[in-house]
Amino acid sequence: MAKGIWVYVEQRDGKVKKVTYELLSGGRKIADALGEELCAVLPGKGVAGLAAELGEYGADKVFVLESDSLENYTTDGYANAVADLAKQNDPTAILMGCTVTGRDLAAQVAQKLGTGLMTDCTEMALENGQLVFTRPIYAGKAFVKASCPEARPAMATIRPNIIAIEKAAKSAEVVSAAANTGDIRQAVKDIALQISSRPELTEADIIVSGGRGMKGPENFAILEELADVLGAAVGASRAAVDAGWVTHSFQVGQTGKTVSPVVYIACGISGAIQHLAGMSTSKCIVAVNKDPEANIFKVADYGIVGDLFEVVPLLKEEFKKILA
Amino acid sequence: MKIVVCMKQTFDTEAKIAVDANGKINKQGVSLIMNPYDEFAVEEALKIKEKSSGEVTVVTVAGPEGQDALRQALAMGADKAVLVDPGMDEIDEFTTASILAKAISEMEYDVLLGGFRAIDDGSAQVAGRVAEILGIPVVNVVTKLEIADGKAVATSEIEGGSQTVEVALPAMFTAQKGLNEPRYPSMKGIMQAKKKPMEKKALGDLGLDAGQVAPKVKAISYFLPSARAAGKIIPGEPADAARDLVKALREEAKVV
Amino acid sequence: MIFKLSEEQELLKKTVRDFAESEIAPKAAEMDEKEEYDMTLWSKMAEMGLTGIPYPDDYDGAGMDNLSYAIAVEELSRVCGSSGVFVSAHTSLCAWPIYAFGTEDQKQKFLKPLSNGDKLGAMGLTEPAAGSDASSLKTTAVKEGNEYVLNGTKIFITNGYHAEIYVIFACTDRSKGTRGISAFIVEKGTPGFTFGKKEHKLGIRASSTYELVFENCRIPAENLLGDEGQGFKMVMMTLDGGRIGIAAQALGIAQGAYEQAVNYSKIREQFGKPISANQGLQWMLADMATQIEAARLLVYKAAYLKDNKQPFSKEAAMAKLFASETAMAVTTKAVQVFGGYGYTREYPVERMMRDAKITEIYEGTSEVQRIVIAANILK
Repeated sequence: MAKGIWVYVEQRDGKVKKVTYELLSGGRKIADALGEELCAVLPGKGVAGLAAELGEYGADKVFVLESDSLENYTTDGYANAVADLAKQNDPTAILMGCTVTGRDLAAQVAQKLGTGLMTDCTEMALENGQLVFTRPIYAGKAFVKASCPEARPAMATIRPNIIAIEKAAKSAEVVSAAANTGDIRQAVKDIALQISSRPELTEADIIVSGGRGMKGPENFAILEELADVLGAAVGASRAAVDAGWVTHSFQVGQTGKTVSPVVYIACGISGAIQHLAGMSTSKCIVAVNKDPEANIFKVADYGIVGDLFEVVPLLKEEFKKILA
Repeated sequence: MKIVVCMKQTFDTEAKIAVDANGKINKQGVSLIMNPYDEFAVEEALKIKEKSSGEVTVVTVAGPEGQDALRQALAMGADKAVLVDPGMDEIDEFTTASILAKAISEMEYDVLLGGFRAIDDGSAQVAGRVAEILGIPVVNVVTKLEIADGKAVATSEIEGGSQTVEVALPAMFTAQKGLNEPRYPSMKGIMQAKKKPMEKKALGDLGLDAGQVAPKVKAISYFLPSARAAGKIIPGEPADAARDLVKALREEAKVV
Repeated sequence: MIFKLSEEQELLKKTVRDFAESEIAPKAAEMDEKEEYDMTLWSKMAEMGLTGIPYPDDYDGAGMDNLSYAIAVEELSRVCGSSGVFVSAHTSLCAWPIYAFGTEDQKQKFLKPLSNGDKLGAMGLTEPAAGSDASSLKTTAVKEGNEYVLNGTKIFITNGYHAEIYVIFACTDRSKGTRGISAFIVEKGTPGFTFGKKEHKLGIRASSTYELVFENCRIPAENLLGDEGQGFKMVMMTLDGGRIGIAAQALGIAQGAYEQAVNYSKIREQFGKPISANQGLQWMLADMATQIEAARLLVYKAAYLKDNKQPFSKEAAMAKLFASETAMAVTTKAVQVFGGYGYTREYPVERMMRDAKITEIYEGTSEVQRIVIAANILK
């Protein structure tokens, strides 16, 4: 009989990703309702020190999978280790963050365990004792509520920024487990991180985004200045990316990143349906556009009809005042 | 070099989504396109073939309508197409991956490609599952791919940057935007497409039965998001509007 | 009757639409504004094989039918009328007479580069005093040894200047009237062949329209197309086919404007509701849709007849007459749907309305089409 709600701990360079705490906070409630343990699964090299703090977010138990071969994330190494641990412990569910890594890992683990996986979920709940996940399909134009009724563990990746973090002040039992990484076929040759003082798009609480109305790459500077005042990330619409003003890693929308920040500030973005698909779960949407007919105003909580080149610097000054 | 591309036909990105009387997503009258990420995969396959010679096979799990996407791939330059019609009402990624893997296991292959996700259910797991079933490595969200001497060097997106990994072939790669610029089918290509082989198979032809590939995930219900109500337009001169907006965000919405 | 496109035609339609929306539409307004065609688009069209759709593979064509060609012109015109005529003038007016009347050598030398898009083509017929009355050409071609010497001026030449291969109609024997007209292939750069003024136009402004000047322009005798005196017949037959191209262009312009109007009517709100909720506007859109559908059936039927080697002169004239008048009516209504915004260059319907007008004029005015139709029905 399967037991335990598992949360995969995503970390890099000894720093746990925020989404992990979100999953522990959400997983805690599910585990309580089922009367099962909430377990964190922490693979890596030199990560044992992170185990303790996971208890603070609700983990009853932390499985530490230490191995030199887990120094860098590799699909095979991590998937083998996590799947092997799951085979030995038979959990009810495994939750991962819907990040690039989480997605990659979840699919391999799910297939190794011959189970079902629901990706990019925006809600999870227990219905009649069954874990039920809601996930956007057609880029958020519709949702499907689904479950994995028989196969165990039920697996899901959860979109970052969806679950509120709640501290639980537990002290987790730390269990060292064998990391059976198996044959790692992906040899990491190089890792190139873009050094940015700004948060990642998918994790940011505030995003300042620019579209066709930015008129050129040089003008993104005014968005960056606003973003820096707010501690925000900078995003872009497909129009700005296709025009070559910013790289695809900035793109928000159906063929870019899906984001869910607290505040999304859309500047010079008309609000094509494909863009809305990537940001419509934002809690508060602000639009600045000179076209009063722009679609973006139909979804924006607050809008200013005006020239963004005038309005954005003014917003920066106003935010500076209140955040000072 | 034998290259197999897993692909899928999806709703057009502009399609309006509705739920029908049976509570399912309404597919009537929706225009269908090749999943945009699969276009990158097909293009990459063609580029590899053009460099090293070889053969590109495209394969999909779909009803008969899936032929349109296959035909487009053939018109772009793929050599052969295989469509497996599962003939099942409900399928999931496990089902699709199991069928694709079985179909591919009957072919010769050095490189497998697919879009990193489909824009319809966006689950980004079929290609990875196929690789797992076939026992070959996978590299996801690839933005650059170099194939030489039985090995591949792939650059892929990771949070906050990119990483480069090397794998031995055969291996599966999933395409991210930026990998290449997909070509349009040429007019000659369109004319040639109908002369190229398009195999249509049922589960039985692959020695599978519906029970073996039964979905692990079951959909409970489909629904549309509640429409976001249009909010407030903050009036006034830019300076006033900016001040009032920041005030509203702090005091009314309480988000900053 | 089967009103269904073949799989190839469907895929072509989708492909050209995709190309037009992704590559041409973003540039259409700017090209119109600058009165200049972005020739990189031509290279892309050449790569796709849009430059020789209805010609056989042996001559580097795509080997498709005329209906496919009409659909391609329609889809290009749906986002940019200039692009439609760009391809149509090249394909129907320059490549076609060479395909239909050229010798094998001429086809190898001229049709191939036209079909594969190495070279752009144009046709020179109209003169200051010979518009609808093509028989009163003043340009002369006199045979001297192994050469013809051309003298005269052609005006309103679509694709002029950019084109490298021209089919020029000139008088070889004035005494024979229309039977004294002959056709010649003239290459850009031939001494004595220069370009006069560039026309500044109301619409299709990205399409170049030039004056061609021939002053003792000597061309090899083997560049005579067909036989001497066959020119007028070639003009009539070429224009019959050309009309399908222009009808398709008009159809595409109408379709583009109509779609813009429908989309806008759904999002533009006045008096607290989308303007599409008003019956007056609904009727307008219904009429537009109906006219476009009727035009499409006429255009496709004319192409079908041509593909099936049946007489299509009357049907091509009907298609061109009806589609061009539909384009004018539909684009005018589309501007009306947009109201004040429609009159500005913020939205494409203004350009589409300007582009539509020429379809009622070139390759035979609406009046000439009626003459052609009347002549056919009163035979």
